[in-house]
Amino acid sequence: MVPVSWYLLLAAILFGIGLVGVLTKRNALIVMMCVELMLNAANLTFLAFARQQGSIGGHAIAFFVIAVAAAEAAVGLAIIIAIFRTRGTVNMDEVRELRDEI
Amino acid sequence: MNLTAEQITFGVFAIPLVITAAGVVVARSPMYAAMSLVAAFFFMAGIYVLLSAHLIAFMQILVYAGAVMVLFLFVIMLLSLGSEHLEHEKQKAIQLLGVGGAVTLVALVALAAREVMNVDSAVVPADFGTVKAVGRALFTQYLLPFEATSLLLLVAIVGAVVVAKEKI
Repeated sequence: MVPVSWYLLLAAILFGIGLVGVLTKRNALIVMMCVELMLNAANLTFLAFARQQGSIGGHAIAFFVIAVAAAEAAVGLAIIIAIFRTRGTVNMDEVRELRDEI
Repeated sequence: MNLTAEQITFGVFAIPLVITAAGVVVARSPMYAAMSLVAAFFFMAGIYVLLSAHLIAFMQILVYAGAVMVLFLFVIMLLSLGSEHLEHEKQKAIQLLGVGGAVTLVALVALAAREVMNVDSAVVPADFGTVKAVGRALFTQYLLPFEATSLLLLVAIVGAVVVAKEKI
């Protein structure tokens, strides 16, 4: 029997890796991949607790998370393509039109 | 410390999962990062099977490793980023601060996870997590969110086409 804390620790590590990627990488594609990693870590937590509590609700939530992640990937990649078409870059530091001048 | 077969299987999936997930962040080329993420999704599906989430594990491979990552690979190839787009700029102090915050977050969750260690897992029925059991929950208790998901996917498809198309 694997303790549920092992799964939670694994999910925390994966979420941390994804968060580090989102904060340090500047390529918008890699940032989106790291967001997918963080969504997967959240899914793992849901499923670990669903197994522990014997509740099927966690599986339903994980199902919806997967659907939302697919929608997010489709729209996000479309936005990246649109940005690349108008600016010729996918570097997030160079896309700063909305940034307030300090 | 005697490890059961289940714990060894957990390690077999968990250790490569962490390594490939780190590979996503470490890789300089988006293509290597994407292939590393595909591998991570497969190992993650193995972890899901250990949690007797058979349907979710199947969907993980079908939707994530299949559909979403193919979408990513298509976009990476479509943009055909040259070597000048590789990461080479210096990290800013605020980013390093964020990394420190992420490490602190993991440590806090690890501390909290020790508290739930003593709680025993529930005894689950044999069909827990199968298509039948999850499908029954989705089409009774979660019917409205399920139908809303189909609407969300439709909006996402239309939105993606509108945003990515040059001229409508």
